[in-house]
Amino acid sequence: MSTTEHLGDLLRELAPQVLGVLLRRYGGFEECEDAVQEALLAAATQWPAEGVPENPRAWLVTVASRRLVDQIRSEQARRRREVTAAVRGAPDAVLAPAPGGAGPGDQDDTLALLFLCCHPALTPASQVALTLRAVGGLTTAEVARAFLVPEATMAPRISRAKQRIRTAGASFAMPPPQERAELLDAVLHVLYLIFNEGYTASSGPDLHRGDLTAEAIRLTRMVHRSLPDDGEVAGLLALMLLTDARRAARTGPDGALVPLAEQDRDRWDASMIEEGAALVTDAMSASPLGPYQLQAAIAALHVQAPRAEDTDWEQIRILYGILARIAPNPMVTLNHAVAVAMTRGPRAGLELLQSLDDDPRIARHHRLHAVRAHLQELAGEYAAARENYRLAARRTTSLPEQRYLRDRAGRLERQRLRSKDEGRKDEGRKDRSATVVDEGAGSGSGEHHGDGPRGDAGVDRLPADDRAVVQRRGDGPDDVGGVGAGG
Amino acid sequence: MKFMLIMHGNPQIWDALTEEERDEVMSGHGPFMETVKKSGEMISTTALADPSQSAVVRVRGGVPAVTDGPYLEAKEYLGGYYLVECDSRERALELAALIPDAGVEGLGIEVRPVLYTGTADD
Repeated sequence: MSTTEHLGDLLRELAPQVLGVLLRRYGGFEECEDAVQEALLAAATQWPAEGVPENPRAWLVTVASRRLVDQIRSEQARRRREVTAAVRGAPDAVLAPAPGGAGPGDQDDTLALLFLCCHPALTPASQVALTLRAVGGLTTAEVARAFLVPEATMAPRISRAKQRIRTAGASFAMPPPQERAELLDAVLHVLYLIFNEGYTASSGPDLHRGDLTAEAIRLTRMVHRSLPDDGEVAGLLALMLLTDARRAARTGPDGALVPLAEQDRDRWDASMIEEGAALVTDAMSASPLGPYQLQAAIAALHVQAPRAEDTDWEQIRILYGILARIAPNPMVTLNHAVAVAMTRGPRAGLELLQSLDDDPRIARHHRLHAVRAHLQELAGEYAAARENYRLAARRTTSLPEQRYLRDRAGRLERQRLRSKDEGRKDEGRKDRSATVVDEGAGSGSGEHHGDGPRGDAGVDRLPADDRAVVQRRGDGPDDVGGVGAGG
Repeated sequence: MKFMLIMHGNPQIWDALTEEERDEVMSGHGPFMETVKKSGEMISTTALADPSQSAVVRVRGGVPAVTDGPYLEAKEYLGGYYLVECDSRERALELAALIPDAGVEGLGIEVRPVLYTGTADD
């Protein structure tokens, strides 16, 4: 890791702390956030040349405060009086906390900031963008790059999000405990979206963008440090670790998708698996059960099997059954159907899938077709499987998944031609059955991001509710495997 | 999610409009662009010249053959597009309805998800 990257890490770590100090002192999210960005930019240009100051956090606070004051001085007189008074009133001690270390309030600050950035008045896309910038310390250009849009598209989105927060009258303060649970749900959802966008890019040529998954894990760790006893926070962190642990094995040398069952398990990250499994085990024994913990437990079962055929599908089926009860949504049903197929046979799985045909949330979704194709293949209904693989391929917007699904259809086609030649019908299927399932595609669908549940204007299409999204990309996919090929 | 809002044009329908109606459609794009720029949803837009200006290139046996005129003999031709990034398909449909061409009898905007976009600095 170069010094520059090191510096970047330091700055991103400090960003929410500095913003927290400014907000507590001056208020005004929009202005404070801009001032912190300017201070971060100043540090990024000055520190490499002049060296990192002894107390980088105090340096940033001082510079950001000055920018803020400058900015506000040029505005209205009334505002000016308030702020300069506040600046005068700020004892210098606040500017120089314990060298290097984080002050006592920093973790709460980070959490309060996350609550603000994930404000329900914002669309999911705006929540994500704002979180990455204000809490993650990414520049607008970096956020734009992560989502493959021009900076000119991202900049107004971020500034509009900040205006909305102001209009909604939200302030930087820890919400009362009774409101926290719901707000925390929103925060976890946003972190999950960031992770998923990184893990399975919703469109485009590459399957994942590692910088976003790393950022999501880093932010979730921060939340976990603030709320070590929250089982769902721990569950989400575990889920991310257990999913990301497989990243290196998920794509072949040519960038093509490798189904979970065919992945080289030696390439999985053992330390991430260990950490994730420990987290979810602790969480489940100490806290009320929640959807993230359940999904993490399922992910743990997948990665702890020494070989694909050792996978404990019976356990997985039971866990999906519980998940379907406490957080039902079509993606859960989809994954549940795969687990049922693996334990009770493909026909039983296909039967469960029928319940989704009339569900507008998923009836046209490529994952449904992919899972059905997969189960039909297992059941020996090759012609139908081929058609459904093709249909799924046409409907996904992820190129690697398209390739995977077309390939699957192509194999069946070749098999058909060959067996015609040889007058055999069944050729070569047995050894593949394990393979097929579980694809790892991780993801679900292209839509998730954005198509999210909590849109603005009553956009409630994938009622999916947050969890759906989670499923869509989470481990869900794994089970669903290749099937998923999701997006 | 990225969507392309595709404007198919039908020269016959276009010609049948009054000067005033044409102006209204043309100038209606200004406010639309303002809206999508301000919301941060606009990625880019392109308006194409008349299909009579097109040429089609086919390489056969390594030799390019060029014919003048559009690719398809059709009543409707691609006239231009907006490339937008929005939260959902529903929002994309909503945006499409704001494009002035959508209000012209005989015309419509096709909304289609984008698989991949590249830029010079990728």
